[in-house]
Amino acid sequence: MARISGIDLPKNKRGEIGLTYIYGIGRSTATLILNSNNIDVNKKVSEWSDDELSAIRKHITDFITVEGELRSEKQLNIKRLLDIGCYRGLRHRKGLPVRGQRTKTNSRTRKGKRKTVAGKKKVTK
Amino acid sequence: MARSLKKGPFIDFKLEKKVDAMNEAKKKSVIKTWSRRSMISPEFVGHTFAVHNGNKFIPVYVTENMVGHKLGEFAPTRTFKSHPVKKD
Repeated sequence: MARISGIDLPKNKRGEIGLTYIYGIGRSTATLILNSNNIDVNKKVSEWSDDELSAIRKHITDFITVEGELRSEKQLNIKRLLDIGCYRGLRHRKGLPVRGQRTKTNSRTRKGKRKTVAGKKKVTK
Repeated sequence: MARSLKKGPFIDFKLEKKVDAMNEAKKKSVIKTWSRRSMISPEFVGHTFAVHNGNKFIPVYVTENMVGHKLGEFAPTRTFKSHPVKKD
């Protein structure tokens, strides 16, 4: 029943893994949170006591940006690039890779599904 | 890889001198420059630069959130119109 920053954590997973269900917390942040609050990383989420849970909650609200706040921060960073019209902004606008990757092939994550261009005929003998 | 902080931002010496002179004289005119590699420093805000893109000079008006970027980032060097449409 652990609910942290609007997310229900899975009950029967280890604390270290359970915390990564929150957007903005990965493995290393999760271990960091648990270690700094002296909680065993192998302890299941359901086994956390109320004190431990509130300690984790406090740690997250105090030191870490997660979920909606993090998402809007990311959006603002991208928006700034778009507004000043720099190269990185232009790449965001076009939906192409931003950090100088090749686009002749690959980069399907940014470009999305392949769009086939009609017109190329098969070679006939 | 990011530049070492120890060295501080890189700004072409000549360009920096020109901007400083303009700031002192409280003048504003377009500064033509080839120095795309220069970092935009806070002193540059409010000036207009004509940044070379290899072919033409692109006018760039520097605002506050551009500080920390390079001048070249605002003058694209490539033009991509669109893929040609094949006619039958």
